[in-house]
Amino acid sequence: MIDKKIVEYVANLARIELKEKEADVLSTQLGDILGFIDKLKEVNVDKVSPTSHAISLSNVLREDSPKESLPVNSVLSNAPLKRGNFFLVPKVIE
Amino acid sequence: MNKKLYSLSAHELDESLKNNAIKSEDICSALESRIKELDPKVNAYLKRPKEPLSGDAFVSTGIPVAIKDNICTKGFYTQCCSRILEGFIPPYDATVIKKIKESGHSCLKFKTNMDEFAFGSSTENSFSGPTRNPWNLSCVPGGSSGGSAAAVASDEAIWALGSDTGGSIRQPASFCGVVGLKPTYGRVSRFGLIAFASSLDQIGPITKDIYDSALLMNIISGYDPNDSTSINLPVPNYTKALGKDVKGFKVGIPKEYFVEGLDPEVKASVEEAINSLRKLGVDFKEVSLRHTEYAVPVYYIIATAEASSNLARFDGVQYGFRSKDVNLIDMYKKTRGEGFGEEAKRRIILGTFALSHGYYDAYYLRALKVRTLIKEDFDSLFKEFDCILTPTAPTAAFKVGEKVNDPLKMYLSDIYTISANLAGIPGISLPCGLTKHGMPIGLQILARHFEEEKIFSLAYAFEQNTEWHKLKPKLT
Amino acid sequence: MPKYEAVIGLEVHLHLSTRTKAFCGCSTEFGKEANSQTCPVCLGLPGSLPVFNRTVLDYAIKVALALNCKVQEYTKFDRKNYFYPDLPKDYQISQYDLPLSLDGFLNIDTDAGLKRIGITRVHMEEDAGKLIHEDNASLVDFNRTGVPLLEIVSQPDISSPEEAYQYLSALKTVIEYLDVSDCDMEKGSLRCDANISLRLQGESSLGVKTELKNMNSFKGVKDALGYEIKRQSELLELGEILMQETRLWDVKELKTVSMRTKEGAKDYRYFPEPDLPPFIITALKIEEIRRAIPELPHEKIRRFVEFYGLLESDAKVLASSRKDALFAEECFNSYPGKDKKPIVNWFIGPLLAEANNRNLSISGLNISSAHLLELLGFLSRNEISNLAAKAVLSDMIDTAKSPEEIIKSKNLIQISDGGALKEIMEEVISENQKSVADYKSGKENALMFLVGQLMRKSQGKANPKIAKELLKERLNA
Repeated sequence: MIDKKIVEYVANLARIELKEKEADVLSTQLGDILGFIDKLKEVNVDKVSPTSHAISLSNVLREDSPKESLPVNSVLSNAPLKRGNFFLVPKVIE
Repeated sequence: MNKKLYSLSAHELDESLKNNAIKSEDICSALESRIKELDPKVNAYLKRPKEPLSGDAFVSTGIPVAIKDNICTKGFYTQCCSRILEGFIPPYDATVIKKIKESGHSCLKFKTNMDEFAFGSSTENSFSGPTRNPWNLSCVPGGSSGGSAAAVASDEAIWALGSDTGGSIRQPASFCGVVGLKPTYGRVSRFGLIAFASSLDQIGPITKDIYDSALLMNIISGYDPNDSTSINLPVPNYTKALGKDVKGFKVGIPKEYFVEGLDPEVKASVEEAINSLRKLGVDFKEVSLRHTEYAVPVYYIIATAEASSNLARFDGVQYGFRSKDVNLIDMYKKTRGEGFGEEAKRRIILGTFALSHGYYDAYYLRALKVRTLIKEDFDSLFKEFDCILTPTAPTAAFKVGEKVNDPLKMYLSDIYTISANLAGIPGISLPCGLTKHGMPIGLQILARHFEEEKIFSLAYAFEQNTEWHKLKPKLT
Repeated sequence: MPKYEAVIGLEVHLHLSTRTKAFCGCSTEFGKEANSQTCPVCLGLPGSLPVFNRTVLDYAIKVALALNCKVQEYTKFDRKNYFYPDLPKDYQISQYDLPLSLDGFLNIDTDAGLKRIGITRVHMEEDAGKLIHEDNASLVDFNRTGVPLLEIVSQPDISSPEEAYQYLSALKTVIEYLDVSDCDMEKGSLRCDANISLRLQGESSLGVKTELKNMNSFKGVKDALGYEIKRQSELLELGEILMQETRLWDVKELKTVSMRTKEGAKDYRYFPEPDLPPFIITALKIEEIRRAIPELPHEKIRRFVEFYGLLESDAKVLASSRKDALFAEECFNSYPGKDKKPIVNWFIGPLLAEANNRNLSISGLNISSAHLLELLGFLSRNEISNLAAKAVLSDMIDTAKSPEEIIKSKNLIQISDGGALKEIMEEVISENQKSVADYKSGKENALMFLVGQLMRKSQGKANPKIAKELLKERLNA
C-alpha cells in the first residue's frame, strides 16, 4: 500500500516538489484511490494479453524524406531563458 | 435579425452564408457581444491576452469554431489552463485547426476553459477559475471540456471542439444540454492535441444539434500522416446518415449501467427515451457488459500512467513557466511543484507510482489486461447489436465545490463514459430530458469502431422526434 | 598467467545515416547552427506526435542480420522515462522487453585464433540533444535530438582490452560494409560504454562490475579497460571490496574517475509507447533485406584468398576497410591476365606502404584503378624498372597525374635497346677492368657489380635483365 515514504519517492521520480502537508494529504487520497483500484485484483487475468492501443494497427511508417525544420527564432520564441541560439538551463553537473 | 445570429446552429448559418444573406463578420460580432454580455458570469472562455497577437490564425471566415485550450493554435496562446504552460504560443497548428481553415471556417479568437490538462470532470481545476453551468450558475458544466460545452449551451459559441479521454466531451455535453461526440479512436488526428492519455484521447465536436455534429465531423475527420495512430479509412459524408430509417435497429441496454448510484430522474428520462425510440421501430434488448465495474479503476491507472509520461516535458527548459533555481534538479522540482495544480500533481504521482519498479505488474500491466476484457465485452455485443444506449452520466450537473475535495467521488462521475475510451469506440451524448430542478440530462449512444453513422442515424431520429435540443437556458 | 580474469561487455550506440531523423522529417546533418534542425516533433513540443522512419527499420534489420541476430516477428517501442535537459520530452523512445533482435554474434581475431563474441540484442532508439557546459550554466542544442540510434549490446564474452579493441574494429568494419553509418567516433556517430568486472582465473561467478563511460576512441576504450583492470586488481589484492559504480575515462590524465550521482537507483518506468503502433516483421521482409546485404568482411577475405590467391593475412588487411576492398577488387578484376599475382603484390607491397607512410587508407590515396593498371602495364612491358615504378606511384599520389605523364616528363623509360646499352657497357668495361678480371677468374659477384655500374651510368634507366644478359654474353665471349 502507499505511504508517505512511497509518495515522496515517486514525487522525486516525477520531479515534483511537495510541501510537507501536500505529501500527507496525497498519501491519504492516493491510499483511498488505490484501495478502490485494488478491485482489479478480483479479475482473473491469467490468460489475458494486455491492450496498449485502442485500435490494432501495425507497421505505420513514413518515407525518409526531409521536411522543413522550424526557423530558429520560432524554436526559441517560448524559451524561459536562452543564450544565442541555445536554450539555457542551470549548470548540469556530470 | 443579426443580433440573434448567435442562437442559430451552424447548418442554419451556413445556409445564410451561402445565400449571402449574412457575412462571417456578422456572426463574429454577434458572438463577440454575446460573450461580452454573458461570459463574466459563465467563464467559458479564457481571459483575452492583453496584447493582441498577430498571425493569420484567426481570420474570420465561415462559421468560427470555439477551441479548447489544449488544441494547438499557431501564433495563439495554448496553455491547457495550467500555470506551467503560461504564455505558451505554439509555432504550429493542430491538424484539426488546419482542417477547419481548409474547410473555409475559422477559429474563435478565444480558447475555451477546461480542467487543467483535461484532468477533471467539472472544469473547476483551471488557472482561470471555474466555468459555470449556463442552466444554473451554481452548478458545474461538467468537464474537462466544460468551457466548450458551456459556450455552446449559452450561445456564446455556434459550435466547438473538445477532447475526450474518459468522457470529457460527453459528460459536459450532458450537463449543459448540448450534443457531444467522441469519435472512434484514430478517426480524428491527435496531432496538436496536447496529450493527456495518448491511447484514450480523441478530439470531437460539441454542438447545438446532431446535424452540426455530423457537419463538424465531416471537417475534422480523416487520416493524418502526422499521427501514427490515425486510421487510413475513407471518411463518409456523415450528414447522409441523418434521416435514415432506424426501424429494425438493434440496440442493447447494458444492465450494469442501471444500478445503484444512477439518479432516478436520469433513469426515468433514459427509459422515456427508450420508449420513444421503440415507437420508431428500434429493437431494444437488455445486455450485459460484464467488466463495467472495472472500467474506472482501469482508466485511472492507464490514463494517469500515460499522463505521468506525457506531462514530463513540462520541465521549464523550453517553454512555459520556470521557477528560479541555480540547481537543475531543484529547478525541475520547483517548476513542476509550483506550475502544476493539485489534481495534476495527484494524477502524475499516481501514474508514476503505477509504472514504478515493483508496482508495474500489479497495477499497470493488470490494468492493460482488464482493458482487453472490457474491449472484448463490446466486441462481442457489437456482433449482434448496432448500438448500445446508456445514460451519459449517473446524475445531472452537481454543485460547484461539491466534489472538488473528494477525488474518488469526482472520478466516479465518469463511470458511464470511460469504457468507450478504453475500447476506442465512438460515443455521443445528446439531451434527453430535464430534472425537476431544470438541469439537462444526457443520453449516450455507443457503436462499433468507425460506425459513427449508426450513432448519427439513431441520435438524429431521437432528436427529430423530441424537443429537448430546442430548450435553452434562461440566461439573461 | 595473471591472477585475475577480466569479464567485459560492450554497449555500442550507433547513428544510422538516414537523411531524416527517426520520428520526424528534420535533417540529420552534422555540424549545423544550433537548434536549426528541429521541429515540433523532435523538440517534443506539446501536442506533437512521432512517425517512424521506414529506412531506420530497414537499416536496423540489416545490421541485426549481419550480426547474426534473430530478428523478432513482433517488436515495439517503449518509453524510457527520466529527466534530463537534453531530452526534450523527458522520455526517450527506445525498446525494452521486445527489442528488434536478439541473440547474435560477431567473430574477432585473437592470438588464440577466431573468437565468437555473443551479441545480446540490437535495438532501435532516438538520440538525445547536446549539452555545452559553461561556467555558470549549460546550453542546450536539440539538433541531434531524434537522430536514429542502434544500441548493440554484447555478451560479457570479452576478456581483454585487446579483444575489446578487436570487437569494435570488427563491428565498425561490418557496419561500414553495410553502409548504414559513418561510424565516426569523433562526431559521436559511434559511442561505446563498457562494463567490466574481475574474477579469479577459473572462477565462474561474476565480480562487482564497473560501468565505464566517456571514451571517445577505440584506443580510449582499450586504455580505459587496461587502467581499470590494473586499478581493480590492485584493490582486490589489498582485500578491498569493490563498489558497483559508473566511472568516466579522463583522456588527459589517462585514468578513470568515479562519477558520483546524487540520484538513487534508476527507475525508468518503461512502458509501451502509446503513440506508435507495433511492428510485425514478416519472414518475407527479412529475406528481402537479407538478400540486399552485401558481401561481409569474412566472406570477402575467404574469396580474396580462394580467388585471387592472397595470403589470409593480406586479405584481412585489405578487407578491413570496405573502400579498400572494393578498390582492390576493382583493380584485380580489370588487371589483364589470369595470374593476378603482380597486382595483388602491388597492393600489399608498394600501395600499402604508401598508405601507411601517409597515414591514409589505400582508398584514401585517391588513385584510380585505370592509372594503377597503366603503371603496372609499363612495368610488365619492362618499359620502366621496379624502382622507377615505385617512384612513379609516389608521384601519382602527390600530383594526381597519369603514370604516362610522369614517366615521360621524368624520362624514365628503360633502355632495353641493345645498341644503346652496348655503348654504355663498353664504357663500364673499360672503366672497371679489375672487376672484369675478377669475373673472368670466376668471381660471379663481380658481374652484379658491373650491372650496378651500368645501371648507375644509365641513371637507372637500363633494363637490368637485358644489361645482365649483354654483359654475360660480352665477357664470356
